[in-house]
Amino acid sequence: MKNNIPLLKRVRENRLFWPLVALALIFIFDAIFAPGFFKIGIVEGHLFGNLIDVFNNAAPLMLVSLGMTLVIATGGVDLSVGAVIAISAAMGTVLINPALGNELITNDILAANTTNTPLWLVVMADLGAGVLCGFWNGLLVSRGKISPMVATLILMVAGRGIAQLITNGQIMTVYYTPYWWFGNGFIWGLPVSIYIVVVVFLLAWVLVRKTSIGLFIESVGINPKSTYYSGISEKNIKLFAYTFCGFCGAIAGLILSSYIHGCDANNIGLNYELDAIFAVVIGGTLMSGGRFSLLASVVGALIIWTFTITMYTFGVPANALLAGRAVLVLVVILLYSDYTRRILNKIVEQKGLRHGPTN
Amino acid sequence: MADPQNILNMRGITKSFPGVLALENVDFSLRKGEVHALIGENGAGKSTLIKVLTGVEPPDEGSIELDGKLIQVRSPQHSQELGISTVYQEINLCTNISVAENILLGYEPHRFGSIDWKKLNILACQALKKLDIDIDVTQPLGNFSVAIQQMVAIARSLEVASAKILILDEPTSSLDINETNRLFDVIRKLKGEGIGIIFITHFLDQVYQITDRITVLRNGRLVGTYHTASLPRVELIGKMLGRSLTELDEVSKAKLMGEHKKDRQRLVEAKGLGLKGSIEPIDFELSTNEVVGIAGLLGSGRTEMANLIFGIDTPDTGSLTIRGEKITRFSPLESLENGIALCPEDRKAEGIVGDLTIRENIILALQARYGWFKFLTTQKQYEVSQKYIELLGIVTPSPDQLVKNLSGGNQQKVILARWLATDPQVLILDEPTRGIDVGAKAEIQKLVLELAEEGKSILFISSELDEVLRTSHRIVVLRDRKKAAEYSSDVNGQTIIQTMAGIS
Repeated sequence: MKNNIPLLKRVRENRLFWPLVALALIFIFDAIFAPGFFKIGIVEGHLFGNLIDVFNNAAPLMLVSLGMTLVIATGGVDLSVGAVIAISAAMGTVLINPALGNELITNDILAANTTNTPLWLVVMADLGAGVLCGFWNGLLVSRGKISPMVATLILMVAGRGIAQLITNGQIMTVYYTPYWWFGNGFIWGLPVSIYIVVVVFLLAWVLVRKTSIGLFIESVGINPKSTYYSGISEKNIKLFAYTFCGFCGAIAGLILSSYIHGCDANNIGLNYELDAIFAVVIGGTLMSGGRFSLLASVVGALIIWTFTITMYTFGVPANALLAGRAVLVLVVILLYSDYTRRILNKIVEQKGLRHGPTN
Repeated sequence: MADPQNILNMRGITKSFPGVLALENVDFSLRKGEVHALIGENGAGKSTLIKVLTGVEPPDEGSIELDGKLIQVRSPQHSQELGISTVYQEINLCTNISVAENILLGYEPHRFGSIDWKKLNILACQALKKLDIDIDVTQPLGNFSVAIQQMVAIARSLEVASAKILILDEPTSSLDINETNRLFDVIRKLKGEGIGIIFITHFLDQVYQITDRITVLRNGRLVGTYHTASLPRVELIGKMLGRSLTELDEVSKAKLMGEHKKDRQRLVEAKGLGLKGSIEPIDFELSTNEVVGIAGLLGSGRTEMANLIFGIDTPDTGSLTIRGEKITRFSPLESLENGIALCPEDRKAEGIVGDLTIRENIILALQARYGWFKFLTTQKQYEVSQKYIELLGIVTPSPDQLVKNLSGGNQQKVILARWLATDPQVLILDEPTRGIDVGAKAEIQKLVLELAEEGKSILFISSELDEVLRTSHRIVVLRDRKKAAEYSSDVNGQTIIQTMAGIS
C-alpha cells in the first residue's frame, strides 16, 4: 500500500519536511551572505565556530522543547518552564556556594574551588526540584482539573519568587570549576551540552516510542473522552507529561547556570517557555494536541537559535533581535497555514506532473 | 432535459478523496416545493454530495445550476448567500445565547449604533411564528429541546439567508415521535411556500411519510431518482443495498439457535444499583450465551445504566457483582480488567480517536490493559488489527488509514474491534447501529448473536424496537429512569411499546 504513494509526496508529508526546509533556508541564506558562518576551527583541541555555538546555545531550548512537546501533545501547555529553570538553577548554585551569597567573595574562596555539597548531590537536587515542579503542574492539571494555561501560570509567576527565596534574593556566582563543565566543557572536541541533549532525547524517545506512553499521549490529545472510555488513565498520562517537562526544565537550568557560572533568579531562562512553545509549533505539533514528533521539535529549537546566531553574525544589535524573531514567527506561521500549504503542494504537484510520474 | 420546474440541477458531479472515489458522475435535481429524499448506505456519497452543494468541498468535475444559472459554490458562506441552507444533525448554533440572537446573529437590527433588542426579539418572534412556534425568544437556546433548536436553525436559515433550498441532514435522529411530527408540519409549510427541501435520513418510515421523490446513491454512484409513491419499500431497500434482505432472516435464525442453550452461568448481577440523578436503583442480571436487550425511550436511563455498569459513573446505592465478586472501584480501566467492554452511544465524542489510524484505534483498549510498559510490537499491532478488519469486514485500503476518514458504520466496527481485541466476557453495546445503514445493521446484529453463541454476555441497547426484538433473548424495559418490566423474547412489540409509554 505504502509504496503506491509517490516518494516526493511521502517526503513532503513527513513531519520533519517543513522544519528541515526552514532550517535549510536559513543555512542557504548564511552560505550566501556570510560564508564564514560555516567555518569550524580548532582551538585548544576543541571545535570552534558558529555552528558549534548554535548547538551549544540551543541545547537548553532543545531540552525544554522535548518536554514541551509531550505537554502540548496532550492538549496542554506549560508556561512555567522558564521559572522551573530558575528554581533548579537556584537550587544547584545555592548548594555549591558556601556563603549562601551573603558574604563578600574573597580570594580564599576563589582559590579553594570547593563546594558545600558533593557534585552528584547538587545535580540530584537540581533535577529533583524540577521534577517536583513538573509533578505539581501535573497534579493541578490532571487531578485539580485546572486548565493547563492557568495551572502553569501559577508556577510561572510564583516560580521566580521561589527561586529568589532559595538564593536569598542574591545573584549567585559559582566558583567551583567542576560545575562549569556542564555548560562549558568538551568531550572529543564537542560541547558537553550536545551530549546531554542526545542522551535526554534518546531517553525521551525510548520512553514514549518504545512504550505505549506515546500512543496514549497522542490519543489523549486528540480525544480525551474516547481515551478514557478505552480504559486509559488520561490523568496519569498528563501527570507524566508535565513531570517530564519539569525534568527537562531542570536539566536546562543546570546547563544554563553552569554556562554563566551562576544564577540570576530574575533573568535565567527568561522567556524560555515561549521559545519552547514556538519550537514545538515549528515542529508541526498542533497546539490542540495529538500527533507529535520529538525530533521535529528539536529541529524547531535549532531553527530559532540558528536564526538568532545568524542575526548576531550580521551585527544586529541585541535589542533589535526580538523584532527579527517576530518576523521569523510570522514567516513560520504563514508557511504552516493550511492555505499556504495547499498552494505549495499544488505547485510541487504540477511540477511533478510535468516531469512525468515520480516513481 | 432540464425541467423548468427545477430549482437545482447538479450534473456529472465527481469527487475523489485520497484512495476513495466518493462520487462518480452523479446527477441530482430538485424542484420547487418538493421534499426530496437522499438515500443510501453509509459511504454511499450522500454527505459528499451535500458537501459539494454547500461549498465545503469543491467537485473535481461536474456542474451545478441554480435557478437556471451556472454557479460555483466557493464556501459554505457563499452557498448561504446563494440561498442554500443546511440544518445539520448536530446543531451548529450557540446554546448559551438567546433564541432571538441565534436567529439573527450577524444581522441584528441597530438603533443609535447599538443593538435594538426590542426589535430583535420582535423580529425573531415573527420568524418563529412563520413556523407556528411560540416560545420565549429571550431564553438561552440551550433551555429548549433539540427539536426546538432545530426549528430555530431552520428559522435562521429562512430569515437570514432567505433560503431557496433547505438541506436537512438527519434532522430526526435525536427527536421523539411528537417532535418529529412537529418538524414535519414545518416542512410541509415550507414546501407550500415553494422551497425545495433535501431530506437525508436513515428512517425509511419517514421517507414515505413526507417525501415526494427519492434519489438513491450507492458506492458513490447514482442508482436512480424515483417518485416515492411508485417505489415500494422492499424495492427501495433492494436498490440501497443492491441485495435482498435475507441477511435479516439469518439473524432471526441465529437467535433461535441460541435459545436452546440452557447451561448459562450468571456473570453480572446488579442489586439495587443506582445513582441519584442518573438512574434509580435497578435489579438486573446477565448470564453467559445471552443477549439482553434494553428498550426505552430517549431519556429513560438506557445510557445511564450502561455507564453505571461500565464504571464511567460510580453508583451511590446498591452493589454490582461480576463472577461472584463485588466491584468496589468503578472506572473503565477496572471494567476492562474485569472483562467488561462498552461501545458508547456517542461514537464521535466517546468512541473513536479520529486522528489516530485504524490500527492504533483497534489496539487502544488492549494496550490500556497491558499498561504503559508492555508495548505491543508493530508487527503484533498489524496482526491484531488485520485480524479484526477481516473478521468484521471493515472497508479500508489499509490499517494505516485515519479513522476519521471512515464512514459511520466502519467507525462503529473499529470500536467494536477495539473491544473484541481485549476478549471481553461482557459486551455492552449502546446504540451500536445508530446512523448506520441497513446492510451494516444486519451484519452487526448477526455478529452480536455469534458472540453470544461463543459464550459472551451482551447488553444490547437500542432505540429501534425491531432490532431489540430480533436480537435479544430477554428484554428489559426502562421508563423514567426506572426498570419498568422484563420480558422473555417471545413478547410482542406492542406490549413493549405500551410498557415504554407507561400504559398498562
